Amino acid sequence: MSAIPLSPIAEPWHLPSRGRVAMLSLITGESAIFTIFVVAYIYYIGKSLSGPLPGQVLEIPFFNTVCLLGSSVTIWLAEREIDRGKMRAFAAWWAVTIALGLVFIAGTAMEWHKLIYVDGLTIRTNLFGTTFYSLVGLHATHVVIGLLGLLLILIFTLTGHVTQKHSERIQVFALYWHFVDAVWVVVFTVVYIVGR
Amino acid sequence: MADQTLPIAGTLDVTPRRRSQAQVLEWLHGWVVTVDHKRLGILYVVYSIFFLLVAGVEALAIRWQLAWPGLHILSPQVYNRMFTMHGTTMVFLVGMPILFGFANYLVPLMIGARDMAFPRLNAFSFWLTAFGGLLLYYSFIGGFGLYGMGNAPDVGWWAYAPLTAKAFSPGHATDYWALALIVSGFGTLGTAINVIATTLSMRCRGMSLLRMPLFVWLMLVTSGLTLITITPLTAAQIMLLIDRYLGGHFFDTQAGGSAIVWMHFFWIFGHPEVYVLVMPAFGIASEIIPVFSRKAIFGYPAMVAASVGIAFVSLGVWAHHMFTVGMTSVGNAFFVLSTMLVGIPTGIKIFNWVATLWGGKIRFRVPMLFCLGFLFQFLIAGLTGIMLSAAPFDWQLHNSYFVIAHFHYVLVGAIVFNIFAGIYYWYPKVTGRMLSETLGKWHFWLFLIGFHITFDTMHFVGFLGMPRSIYTYEPDRGWNHLNLVISLGGAVQGIAVLIFAWNLVHSYFKGKEAGNDPWDAWTLEWAAPSPPPVYNFATDPVVRSRRPLWDLKHPDDPDWKYEA
Amino acid sequence: MHSTIRQHGAKATRVSSLLVLCIAMLSSARGWAEGPLGSPNIFAPDSTPANSIVDLSWFVLAITGGIFVTVGGLLVWALVRYRARPTDDESEPAQIYGSTQVEIAWTVIPILIVVVLFLTTARIIFAIQDAPKPQVALDVTVVGHQFWWEYRYPKLGIVTANELHVPVSSALEPRPTYLHLLSADVDHSFWVPQLAGKTDLIPNHPNDMWIDPRHTGVYLGQCAQFCGVEHAKMLLRVYVDTPEQFAAWVEQQKQPGVQDARVAAGRHVFETEACTNCHAIAGTAARGTFGPDLTHLASRSTIAAGAATNTPENLHAWIQDPDHFKPGALMPAMQLNSNQIDELVAYLTTLH
Ligand code: HEA
Ligand code: HEA
Ligand code: HEC
Ligand code: CUA
Ligand SMILES: [Cu+2]
Repeated sequence: MSAIPLSPIAEPWHLPSRGRVAMLSLITGESAIFTIFVVAYIYYIGKSLSGPLPGQVLEIPFFNTVCLLGSSVTIWLAEREIDRGKMRAFAAWWAVTIALGLVFIAGTAMEWHKLIYVDGLTIRTNLFGTTFYSLVGLHATHVVIGLLGLLLILIFTLTGHVTQKHSERIQVFALYWHFVDAVWVVVFTVVYIVGR
Repeated sequence: MADQTLPIAGTLDVTPRRRSQAQVLEWLHGWVVTVDHKRLGILYVVYSIFFLLVAGVEALAIRWQLAWPGLHILSPQVYNRMFTMHGTTMVFLVGMPILFGFANYLVPLMIGARDMAFPRLNAFSFWLTAFGGLLLYYSFIGGFGLYGMGNAPDVGWWAYAPLTAKAFSPGHATDYWALALIVSGFGTLGTAINVIATTLSMRCRGMSLLRMPLFVWLMLVTSGLTLITITPLTAAQIMLLIDRYLGGHFFDTQAGGSAIVWMHFFWIFGHPEVYVLVMPAFGIASEIIPVFSRKAIFGYPAMVAASVGIAFVSLGVWAHHMFTVGMTSVGNAFFVLSTMLVGIPTGIKIFNWVATLWGGKIRFRVPMLFCLGFLFQFLIAGLTGIMLSAAPFDWQLHNSYFVIAHFHYVLVGAIVFNIFAGIYYWYPKVTGRMLSETLGKWHFWLFLIGFHITFDTMHFVGFLGMPRSIYTYEPDRGWNHLNLVISLGGAVQGIAVLIFAWNLVHSYFKGKEAGNDPWDAWTLEWAAPSPPPVYNFATDPVVRSRRPLWDLKHPDDPDWKYEA
Repeated sequence: MHSTIRQHGAKATRVSSLLVLCIAMLSSARGWAEGPLGSPNIFAPDSTPANSIVDLSWFVLAITGGIFVTVGGLLVWALVRYRARPTDDESEPAQIYGSTQVEIAWTVIPILIVVVLFLTTARIIFAIQDAPKPQVALDVTVVGHQFWWEYRYPKLGIVTANELHVPVSSALEPRPTYLHLLSADVDHSFWVPQLAGKTDLIPNHPNDMWIDPRHTGVYLGQCAQFCGVEHAKMLLRVYVDTPEQFAAWVEQQKQPGVQDARVAAGRHVFETEACTNCHAIAGTAARGTFGPDLTHLASRSTIAAGAATNTPENLHAWIQDPDHFKPGALMPAMQLNSNQIDELVAYLTTLH
């Protein structure tokens, strides 16, 4: 029976990992969502009809930012460890990542608490409130989702279900976390630097 | 050529499985829990055809009301719901899912894969889409809000702010609109990711990117475009819901919000969206035209480049829907230019299709007839698009029936025609039986005639100043008889669609046995049995050119000798 | 006085006879008989912006028509010439995979066409949009409401509704009208095809457009942006007056509402029922702004943005139940008895 290939093909056959492709696609789509929110934020800077205004109430969250960006480094270290099969070190760095993420979320919660109860800024107060809570909230939602994922993986690691052969998948997941961090850089710049 | 025994590795000699005697419930359960790309593809297509009938009936209701001035078939409120639901349904519940249905069914087969990259995500996406559709239609019964205001959405498919604000659209109809589209939007996103991962990571040996069938290429480009177009809509709708539920001010013009911003966000989605709809249709044409001309596609690399080019340019043209909102003259001019530029890659596609016909031996079977209808109508539709893109001309034509005519020429004349072509072409593969050629010809000619009666005439009422979205019109404007003609054409289309539906059902039971390769075609899906088994190919195929079955049928003159 | 409905500009006759030809093929002969008299045909322009648009339109139509004939012709030719014939043998035709030269040719030619189209279009955009505003121009502020039009003449101190009056403009004595477009609620669009292209009225986003009608008469149009239930009945009438007529009209509109003792009963109803919450009549206590100004209601030939002609019977029907003409209009049925309504109508018909 002659098959479709009349002669076997010599060249080796490499295809990109589907997980990585899918995650990059997801990130592309998510970026578009964030772009729209960021554009709305920028467009409405200075268009609020009443206060409070960003300059009056926003404080620059340096500590938060350092934590979140730091978590990108720690997750990268974790990725390296699992690639080498050092599962304990992996779990440790992974846990540090989670801790840093939690600090970030706690920081945001405190910031919001102050804005709402001290400054009286809610999502319905003015355009600044609407765009601020939407954009920062959208990002925070992503952090929370990321944290849930991280936590799940940590649990599986501690129960021994994650091994070196999952390194590829871990890296795919880590891509998402890197993305969330990168988005923060944009949000931070727009909200706390440009918009203040 | 009905050679049932093509000796191809990668196929298994399985006689088509007819449904077993198992109980109906079990059969149904099988469909609900399926993760097989072929079954999901079929589900998508059936789902869309169902909604095509629903939205088609809505169109007929619209046309009945407009057949003559001053009719009272529909109240103004109901009319507004009808056109909103018609447009929304046709775009989101017919156009998108049917094309993704084709992609689901065909992409793995065409690239020699066993399934999509993520079968479970695939099923999840379908059910999200389906749920979105149900949610949208549930608004007819569930949309009553305070004081019985509202029902189905009635704000137009573009849903311009601030008409969508709580103050002007009380009740929950608008919420259903936004929620339904967010939900089905996530479904679409999932499918798009899946298609991309499948085409990039699941190709069989030898199926390099530049050997993929054009259909697969166009689905890849479409999916890429989907990633960055459907998401802005989701974002904008989240904002809309924040406004409506949490008291936000994104589009609240009383609090400094901007109506224009919604328009930008909507069309940043809306324009690329129309290319998301049309490119899979291009893909279908790019498969069918060569087979029935008996020639390889002319200028394959140019076709690929043009598709990518269209996708890129289409990201920068959205404000041609907004020439009348008072942009600066420079802004207007910019969008005129970018819009006209789309004509260049699109022209390349049209020319390549015509060149494929050139020198062929054209067989006028039903799929080809529909494709030729597409070619002709898309040419006209594109040219009316160019007229609209000349901003001052658009200041007159915007929101007139000329625009309605333009986009039905694309959406019906190009896309629906190609969907029909695709169904006639691949139905044998999916069911193992041919659709009736006689009924098909009736379907084609009636639909063609009805289409032209309806949509050719619309251009002229547009010239005569008839705006869209009106439930009735003054009897002294010279629009009366033209509208009657338009409505009659709608009825003719309706008859044609009924014939098609009958053909689908009838041929399923009584159609001629198709065999593996009824059209004597060249892409991998025709190497699998009809219908293909769950695993598609018993052994993974290996290809050396764009037309593996051509190579097989013409060992003396294979394609790979010529392709670069 | 405003009896003729304007149709034909200078070259419009040629244009619309062409159109007539096209359309006559599609619609029955009788179908055409009802038009084009009342038809707001975009190819029957009578004002500079509309004229330049038609010039551009013909140019674009000619180019796209040329492309259509060429490409469509090639397509049909290919189908006829290369159809499979019963006499054919089983062999496949020669396989041609492409040609770079041809590919380049049909990329470059469209690029050139696009350049030409773009430059022409851009010229017209700038000519219309950036035209300098002459001193003599009349200013009118147009406010879109769900589902009626408010017109204010800020320099003349006039407020009116639904029927716009502007002076005729000629080459010798140009007197263009500049419209400043606002919206009180949702998006609308001002479209009188024979005078200019449409421009949207968007809340929080003022727009401007201009017209300079060349002939007297009435020009028809309607709201062209979906704005809610009664978008279909938000009709536009533009009255183009001679300078004398216009001056007279202005004088009349500046007067407060007529006070006629014979209809005092109606006036009393008007002022005591809730009408005054929404309507204004200069010279009375009525100051409402939610509905149209009624000071000179009787000088208008239609009511409710063209939904009905302005006759006592229609006024009666309107006040009794606005939904009769305009289901979904934002004026409520006021639950008055027939007698009260008669008195009201008697009063309203004196408001010249
Ligand atoms: C699948 C759908 C689809 C497709 C493919 C297109 C294709 C195009 N459309 Fe269309 N369009 C819609 C669907 C589509 N459109 C819809 C749904 C709306 C209305 C939405 C709403 O308001 O509800 C709309 C509205 C719309 C408008 C806004 C009208 C208005 O509301 O005022 C404009 C304006 O520029 C426009 C332009 C174009 C152009 C230039 C193309 C081009 O892509 C066409 C390119 C093709 C050709 C030009 C023909 C082939 C080329 C050649 C033969 C080469 C030589 C040609 C030249 C050099 C010019 N479209
Ligand atoms: C894919 C997209 C698509 C398709 C296929 C169609 C198909 C048709 N459309 Fe639609 N249309 C839109 C997309 C589409 N439309 C959009 C996006 C809008 C804008 C909406 C908006 O402004 O918000 C619009 C708006 C629109 C309007 C303007 C309404 C208005 O502005 O007031 C009109 C008016 O004539 C119209 C008519 C038609 C007609 C006659 C068909 C025909 O081709 C339909 C033919 C099909 C049938 C006739 C089906 C027949 C079925 C049966 C007979 C089934 C019987 C079955 C059972 C009993 C089970 N459409
Ligand atoms: C709640 C507000 C409201 C009240 C109260 C109200 N109207 Fe109106 N009226 C409107 C609106 C809004 C319109 C414009 C409707 C349209 O054209 O869609 C209108 C239109 C009219 C018109 C037509 C005006 C024109 O220029 O075409 C007349 C006449 C009229 N109203 C008379 C009355 C009378 C008499 C009363 C009292 C018995 C009254 N209205 C009470 C809101 C109101
Ligand atoms: Cu006002 Cu439509
Ligand atoms: Cu567009």
